[in-house]
This record gives sequence, structure tokens and C-alpha cells, in this order.
Amino acid sequence: METFLLKNIDSPTSAEIDEYVRAGGYRNLAKALGMTPKEVLEEVKKSGLRGRGGAGFPTSMKWSFAIADPKFPKYLLCNADEGEPGTFKDRPILEKNPHLLIEGMVISGYTLGAEYGYIYLRGEYPGARDILDRAIAQAYEKDWLGDNIAGKGVTFHLAVHQGAGAYICGEETALIESIEGKKGQPRNKPPFPVNVGAWGMPTIVNNVETLSNMPLIMEIGGEAYARIGSADCPGPKLFSVSGHVTRPGVYELPMGTSLRDIIYTHAGGMKNGKKLKAVIPGGISTPVLPESGIDCAMDFVAMPKAGSMLGSGAVIVMDESVCMVRVAHRALKFFEHESCGKCVPCREGTDWLRKSLERIEKGEGKEGDIELLTDVSGIMSGRTFCPLGDGAAGVVLGMLKHFRHEFQEHIKERKCTYS
Amino acid sequence: MFNDTVVKEIDDIKSRYPDRKSALLPSLYVAQREFGWLSSEAMESVARALNVPESVVRGTATFYAMFRHAPAGRHVIQLCTNVSCMILGAEQLVDFLKSKYGLTPGGTTEDGRFSLVIMECIGACGTAPAMLVDTDFHDNLSEKRIEEILEKYK
Repeated sequence: METFLLKNIDSPTSAEIDEYVRAGGYRNLAKALGMTPKEVLEEVKKSGLRGRGGAGFPTSMKWSFAIADPKFPKYLLCNADEGEPGTFKDRPILEKNPHLLIEGMVISGYTLGAEYGYIYLRGEYPGARDILDRAIAQAYEKDWLGDNIAGKGVTFHLAVHQGAGAYICGEETALIESIEGKKGQPRNKPPFPVNVGAWGMPTIVNNVETLSNMPLIMEIGGEAYARIGSADCPGPKLFSVSGHVTRPGVYELPMGTSLRDIIYTHAGGMKNGKKLKAVIPGGISTPVLPESGIDCAMDFVAMPKAGSMLGSGAVIVMDESVCMVRVAHRALKFFEHESCGKCVPCREGTDWLRKSLERIEKGEGKEGDIELLTDVSGIMSGRTFCPLGDGAAGVVLGMLKHFRHEFQEHIKERKCTYS
Repeated sequence: MFNDTVVKEIDDIKSRYPDRKSALLPSLYVAQREFGWLSSEAMESVARALNVPESVVRGTATFYAMFRHAPAGRHVIQLCTNVSCMILGAEQLVDFLKSKYGLTPGGTTEDGRFSLVIMECIGACGTAPAMLVDTDFHDNLSEKRIEEILEKYK
């Protein structure tokens, strides 16, 4: 398939503005500026684009709420806090194709009536920081950013705000708190950020990949875009594939490509001829699927029906040598570490789950531990402030649904049968 | 306290935001670069430069994993052990760093050359296991490769 988001990234100078312009870059921004913001919004609506950060919310709808709010200034925040373990799809855009993101943000800012944008970049990407700063400076120089963009009197200013190693800041209200200089703890909703966001003003938070789709929507039009991939959530999608596959990496494929195809056709199948045991399909917060569950379409609508979620499209492939108790334990160590501590079900729940899993993995599990895991996960589900706690509970419940026997074995045998 | 050049750098950062408190995270990075870690003096300097209460500075500074609250070695190794790295052997690498360099998670070597921080995913899962040494990415790690890489950091 012809790529758009990852176009030209193999060139060593792909991040330079001259090369981006030579390949057709900023042409789509010029096209957007020749339309009214309302017309651009209409194209985004027709495209059917859904947010690529994980929730899959229709982008044009989110935008409409912020546009309808009479308060100014409005802010556009790009969520580049790519922290969901297993996810590395935004990194090639940030490091190799930064002007695509900048172009997408200016188009979006113009549509929203937002004159200020920030890229909230995770602290773990120091290389991307320098590349983005350089790309932004180049865009200012060529009048693709500033107070008179392309000589049309349009204003959009952009800066990078660097996070400092907190997974929770990928949650949009925590991200806003963090950009305001506070601890990254999620806010109560409503009010939603589209009305009361950064500095109390209407704010749109969109993922890197979402914003990077804007130039494509401008180029081919909303209707043609809507014909790519799945009918109810169209467009190209970036998949990060890691683990025991022959060719791990980031793949740009039509939304709705089957999980089996991603693993076997694109990522080259299993490494060293081993058998596939389990797949975490959308980053560590999404429930695990067994080998028998990989014939599903990777999109926001089909994946919940298949018992998991698309999440960030981060496919972690595990072969037969991997102990599921160990994976669950490691995952919960992560959630416990990253829980912001604001709400009790998440703060206490992740701690209980991690402790129980640690005990089971060490061969010190007790009868009733599986029931305890189920209980605690059930209490957490739907009762936490933000999706972090739900994710943690879902991981444990998914593991118990498909690999309960492994947990039972660990408890009964008082040891791990895999290591 | 900060010298004039750093004060000016922080003033520049402040100008990017609608309010001065928003410059807190970037200013803490500046303080960490200047002092090596976020000592009391470093946090006081940030509080003064931004004119925000010191308690606010401390609250924010202690929330984020990448701010250091103790002196670190000359080079900071940030090794990922999350699932994609773990299933490809990251935990054995933690053991190797201990046996070969006497380096434990959260610790610093006796000669002050390296500190080790265990990370929660650094976005290099396709080339796992991976680590950052200072601001450089290194991936497809093995014990041998780690030895070769660390040789370059004196």
C-alpha cells in the first residue's frame, strides 16, 4: 500500500522543510487556507476520522464542541506523550516527518479558530525534541507558522512542551494539568476540555497521528478518505508490532487490517519457528488475545466485539515460551507505578493486583488468589477516575479469561513451569 | 541561584505560555541541567525565577519520574523492562549490569560513572531490548552490545 503518514521517511533528510515541500508538503495547508474553516470541518466530518490516541472518538464532533464555544483564545494541544507500552508509532512521524504534523496542526488550528498550539512531547524522546524545535523554526522562517501564514493573515503559533516521565499525562485532562505546570492528575469531567481546558479556555487535545491525517484529508477530500479501510472508522492506521516476530516495526495499513495479516503477512510471522501463544493487540492496557482470537479486524468497532480493544494499535506478539503470569505481573507493576494516586480504586487496586500477581509468580500463591484478582478487578472496573484503572483491571480479567489454567498451575505447583 | 544567562533562558520559556506557572516543567529541566539534580537549592531557584510557591515546585517536581532528587552518575542509563523488552531478555540485562558493573536499579556505580534507572517503555519496542544513555537511544541490546556501548561513555 502507498504510505502517506510514513511517506519518504527512509530518506536521511526527510525532516528538512525543503525536502518536505519538494515532496508536496504544505500544499494541503495552502489548499485549506483557500477554504473557509467551516468547509474544512465539513471535509473532516465526511472523512469519518476517529482519534488515533486510543479512544476512537469522532474528530469532527470533538472539534465542533470547541468551535461552538464562544470563548477565545482556543488552544490546540498535540498529544505526543506516546507512553502506552508497546507503542512506537508516533516516533517516526515526530523524528522523520515532523512537518507533516506541523502542517496538520496549522490546518486544524485554522479550522478550530485556535491561534496557539503546543506539542506535549514525552520526556523519553529527547531526540524528537531537537528535531521538532528545528522543524518549527524552519516553518516560522517560511511563513507556515506565525502571524501571517502564507500571506493570508492567518495566525498560528506552535511550541514544544516536554513531559517528564509520567504515563498518566497521555490522558487529556492530566496532559492539560501538566502543561499548566501541575502534577499530572486527571480532572473531573464535565466540564470537558473542549469548553474548559488549558488555562480555562476551550481546548482540543488530539494525538500526533490524528493531526497528521489532516493533510491527507485535504489532499484527497473527505469522501475519498472515508473509502480507505473500515467503513465505520476509515483511514490509514499505524501499527507498532513488537515481540517475537521476524520483522518488528511500524506499519501503515488500512484501518481494519486483520490481526493475523499484521503478524503473518506484514511482520513476517513468528521468529525462530516458534508457536504463537498470545497477542496484546493495542498496547499493554488492552486485554490479551489467545492464538485462536487473531482473526479479527483491527479497528475501533470490531476489536471490542473480539474481546479486546484497538487502543494505540500496538501489537505485542508472544511465543510459546512466555509465561502469562509473568506478563500480567510486569503489566501490573507498570500500572501501580503509573497510577497518579488521585482515586482510591486505582491507587489501592493496582497495588493489590500487583502484590497478588507477584506472590503467584514467585510460587507463593494461595488458594483463593484467583478469586481475589477477579474481585479486585471487578471493583475497579468502571469506578476509577480515568481509564488507567480500567485498563489495569481489564488486563487481569483478560489474562484470567484466556489463561486461567496457568495461574492455577502456578498456585498448585508452587512454581513457574515456564522458567 | 541561577546566573543571569539562565534567568534569561527561563524568561524566554515563560514567554511561550499564557501564565508563568506553565513554565515550571521546562524550568525544572533547566535546573536539573544546571545543578545535576533537583537539590533544595535548585527547586528554590526555580520557585524564585517563576515567582511560584516552593511547595508547588516540590509537588510538581516529585510527581514526575524523570526529575532526579539525588545526585546521579556522570551518565544516566535508562533501561526499559516493560513487556516488549522483558520478553526479549531485558531482565537478564538488569542482572548483567549488576554483576558486571555493580549497578543496581536506582543506584550509581562506585566510581560515579553510571546511574541506572528502570524505565516504563521508551518507545523502542520494535528493536527491544532498549535503553537511553543520557539522551542517546541504543537498541537491540545484548550483554556484549551493552559492554561495547558503555565503553564510549567515560
